[in-house]
Amino acid sequence: MDQVFLFLLVFLLAALLGFELISKVPPTLHTPLMSGSNAISGITIVGAIMCAQSGSGFLAQALAFLGIMLASINVVGGYMVTDRMLSSFKKKEK
Amino acid sequence: MEYLYLLSALLFVFGIKRLASVKTCRQGNRLSQAGMFVAVVATLMTVGNLSWVVVIIAILIGGGIGAYIAKKTPTTEMPEMVAALNGFGGFASALVALAALVLVAGAMSENATLADGGLVNAISTPVTILIGIVTLTGSVIAYLKLSGKNIVHPVKGDARHYLHAALGLAIVGCSLLMVLTSSTGLMATAAILLVLVAAVLGVLLVMPIGGADMPVVVSLLNSYSGVAGAAAGFVVDKPVLIVVGALVGTSGLILTQIMCKAMNRSLGNVLLGGIGDDSVAEDARDYQSIKQSGPEEIAMLLDGAGSVIFVPGYGLAVAQAQHVVRELADLLSAKGTEVRYAIHPVAGRMPGHMNVLLAESDVPYDQLWEMERINGDFKNTDVVIIVGANDVVNPAAREDTGPIAGMPILDVDHAQTVVVIKRSLSPGYAGIKNPLFELDNTLMVFMDAKAALEEMVKEVKDL
Repeated sequence: MDQVFLFLLVFLLAALLGFELISKVPPTLHTPLMSGSNAISGITIVGAIMCAQSGSGFLAQALAFLGIMLASINVVGGYMVTDRMLSSFKKKEK
Repeated sequence: MEYLYLLSALLFVFGIKRLASVKTCRQGNRLSQAGMFVAVVATLMTVGNLSWVVVIIAILIGGGIGAYIAKKTPTTEMPEMVAALNGFGGFASALVALAALVLVAGAMSENATLADGGLVNAISTPVTILIGIVTLTGSVIAYLKLSGKNIVHPVKGDARHYLHAALGLAIVGCSLLMVLTSSTGLMATAAILLVLVAAVLGVLLVMPIGGADMPVVVSLLNSYSGVAGAAAGFVVDKPVLIVVGALVGTSGLILTQIMCKAMNRSLGNVLLGGIGDDSVAEDARDYQSIKQSGPEEIAMLLDGAGSVIFVPGYGLAVAQAQHVVRELADLLSAKGTEVRYAIHPVAGRMPGHMNVLLAESDVPYDQLWEMERINGDFKNTDVVIIVGANDVVNPAAREDTGPIAGMPILDVDHAQTVVVIKRSLSPGYAGIKNPLFELDNTLMVFMDAKAALEEMVKEVKDL
């Protein structure tokens, strides 16, 4: 089997899995879900790090630098703000 | 080491699974953080000749900025923050594709083209750049709209669609040139043009969408940022990006669907704009038989009520009235009154906006009721207090025609008494008259939400 097919299959299955998982999230948690998935989309940092190779010339390094930086904003900012919101959800204290 | 990515993907999946319940959601967020950590560590360990200086400095700067934003952003401005993060995420993925392009072009032999490197690269590189840049500039416009800037599309009518179609064709042209040319100069020109045209398209696509439809746009851009990440996964051959990007992509898409359903509109209808954009607002003279009231009278009304439901809307966030609402609610609860909050799915400027706002003010989440669950209870409710909501309680939605016809609404008019706290009779985002204000059982309090509620708290205490 060639790689294209495998990758597309992975994409499709992950999308179906996402559909199953996300449909179960209650409306109360929709905002944290969004900021959380924002953080998760920072996974692109993996791609950006892979492009930060030494000796690859200024342009490639600059692009990779900017990519890593923006993805880090997403990851750190997204996770922190999600945690802040989630920590405020609590039941009525007796 | 590649197996670490498997662990990372598993952690993400279980993290999202745990987000499905209020009890386990914090833990879910931690699992997802662990997944990210594992993925980053795996990458740092597997990439040869890594430029550590670039990586570490970029992570430190980005992480610092992220931490600063997360600490400083008040919950009322969460929609803006999410819009901004969507944009950063999309841009980061586009940068990955551009950086990979530079690396590949540098290593390519003479007379070779990007397409020679395989179909996957040839398609995924321009697609990642396109989606990433559209997400970036679209998010910028969404951010500005959410911060109250009035931005209108420069081109009206059918010409608008022709313009967008022309830009689409230009994007296809640039992409083809980029992957089929063997000249690095031409390739660079095509890539730069692609970025520019995609940037303009992103701006123009979000411009016509009305302010009330922002929950849909923010959800959709959220989805795009995920899809851009997945596309970047194809560029750099990393399945973990594909899996995680697809998860985020579907997440945004589902929220988009929920928002559209809550407004009884199709996604196409929202994207083409309309409501809240060009429509004309009717003015106050159209209202007859308005019954006005003040905080004192409402306080007495509340004192005698056995059950009260608060209906918050975006106005609550604008007036920063979330804490004082809770204060009033606690006061009533202490007197033995049943207090609940009715949350419409599109109340606020993003999915679940009201929930986080009230949760932050220490409102217990079991007092927050969704529309379907609470709608039947309005007829047994003594007093409904509407704070900064308008279109989501407009009975005009039950008519067969009109801009919001068929939109599910909160049946507040079934309650014994409806109190509307509103600064004036100005219409909501839909720009239409609200017949609720004219009903016999409706009392209008024309005040700033926070000031009105503060006075009510004082009056109830004095009773």
